Amino acid sequence: MLTAQASPPHSTEDPPHTPLRPRRRSWAQALRRDWQLYSLAVLPLLFFVVFRYLPMLGNVIAFRRYEPGGDLFGEYWVGLRYFRMFLADPTFWQVFTNTAVIGALTLLFCFPLPIVLALLLNEVRTRWLKGFVQTISYLPHFLSIVVVAGLILQTVSIDGVINQGLRAIGQDPVAFIQEPGWFRTIYVSSEVWQTVGWGTILYLAALTTIDNDLYDQAKVDGANRWRQTWHVTLPGIRPTMITLLILNIGTFLAVGFEKILLLYNPLTYATADVVSTYLYRVGIVSGSFSYAGAIGLFESLIGLALVLGANSLSRRVAGTSLW
Amino acid sequence: MVGETRGYRVFQVVNGVVLTVVVLVTLFPFVNIVARSFSGEQEIRSGQVSIWPKGFNLTTYDKVMSDAMFWTNYRNTVVYTVVATVIALVLTTCYAYVLSKRNLKGRGLLVGIAVFTMFFNGGLIPNYVLVSSLGLRNTLWAIVLPNAISVFNLLVMKAFFESLPTELEEAAAVDGTGTYGTLLRIVLPLSKAVLATMLLFYAVSFWNSWFAGFLYMDRQELFPVTVYLRNLIAGATSGTDNTATSEAALQIAASIQAVTIVLIMTPIMLVYPFIQRYFVSGVMLGAVKG
Repeated sequence: MLTAQASPPHSTEDPPHTPLRPRRRSWAQALRRDWQLYSLAVLPLLFFVVFRYLPMLGNVIAFRRYEPGGDLFGEYWVGLRYFRMFLADPTFWQVFTNTAVIGALTLLFCFPLPIVLALLLNEVRTRWLKGFVQTISYLPHFLSIVVVAGLILQTVSIDGVINQGLRAIGQDPVAFIQEPGWFRTIYVSSEVWQTVGWGTILYLAALTTIDNDLYDQAKVDGANRWRQTWHVTLPGIRPTMITLLILNIGTFLAVGFEKILLLYNPLTYATADVVSTYLYRVGIVSGSFSYAGAIGLFESLIGLALVLGANSLSRRVAGTSLW
Repeated sequence: MVGETRGYRVFQVVNGVVLTVVVLVTLFPFVNIVARSFSGEQEIRSGQVSIWPKGFNLTTYDKVMSDAMFWTNYRNTVVYTVVATVIALVLTTCYAYVLSKRNLKGRGLLVGIAVFTMFFNGGLIPNYVLVSSLGLRNTLWAIVLPNAISVFNLLVMKAFFESLPTELEEAAAVDGTGTYGTLLRIVLPLSKAVLATMLLFYAVSFWNSWFAGFLYMDRQELFPVTVYLRNLIAGATSGTDNTATSEAALQIAASIQAVTIVLIMTPIMLVYPFIQRYFVSGVMLGAVKG
């Protein structure tokens, strides 16, 4: 795809008004000079084209009738039929609401808690103690999501420790994993368990870059530890907070598909079923590829819009953005 | 420290208590699963096992470790992880090196091609259709190829290559060493730390992955061990059948699940103390340019 663009008119059109700077090379010259470098990019580009951009084009099956085993891009055009279908599907709106609720709860807890933990760690004077707490809190990040699901299931099972506690205070045991009313609590608290420690890394890095003079000046001005935290520490990690907030908002609807797939069951669909698990069942389990493809395209476009929206909002409001 | 107020000393105590709770809550599920794995089924079933094994025995370990399918799947995980990591490492290194060349024509386009995929992707269904129609189902390539480059890792590596001094490479170019020679003999030997980090990033993610294996493998003998575990816990999540016999089967699955989880976690736990700092530095390197 590089050779296809190999004859831009730059070299002839550009007037030589900056004779000291090397002139922009044409593609032919660049290829002759750097062909070894370009050759290193061939296989990676092939990967991106086949496994990233081809599936993007493959989304046309949302507008076409797709037969399993048939053409990759479907058989014939059907226009917006599948979009009209899912927009009129009450189950879709149910799972869309579930996704928004789970996403919002996750954002509400998993965004601020790492900041709190990082600030607490920052106040620890004993180095080895700080290192020890960090090491332990990063641990869940390294586990397979299947192992995490296994740990969650044993904890909330009828014979698990939570029900042991309930029995100890004279309550009846609860089959948490089969109760729609408990799913969000289980999901969000396990998400906190998995991510809060690892989430502190960037904040702790940002905290070390804050100039100590600022604290000294604050002390001269009579600020106590709390005021120092409020007026020096928090502004110091503000850019990191905004960046991570943008990323979190952008991925707000991309709730943990794999984890939900492992934890939910037909009894908890009412609260646990989200857009991605629904389209997995409709598409891959039941074989309605085009219908599920339409839902998936809708979801991807909302995700893209959220990232772009959060980014431009933060550029305007906070003056910080990802790009 | 001089001049600490009474309030701050109280805070230090509270902080110590809070962090202790964080550590205990984080560790608890691990301790609990190990205790369960050594406990008797009867004791687990009656809800007696928390941090210490009750009815200590090794029969469940015996049972799981004598299951030939468990070892077949475990070996699959090792093979998939090794092949996928090698391919991912080679492709990521090549592309990151190209992207780190600031004067390369078309560099912006090459960066954009990669970065755009962080924000927009084809989605599950088109990917599934693609992998299936390429005939990759039931082959290791269905796990390896669709995840061959992680853009996050790519950007970490690119940032590292950009931080290397250019003088050595320029000297090599003057000596007539080509791009390949420079990369292999000058750049890579200077990049051992970042290569180790990338190796660990990829190896841990492939070791832990299950969904590709679950989606694209139809035969049990091709599953990675994570799918073996998934099928065990899937039996425990379906609350549809409540007869006495399936109840008993579920409870047997509870101790078997515990042992399987422990056996899958062990390799990661053993290397974790040594690899943790590489991960942390990798994340920070990525954050600079991410």
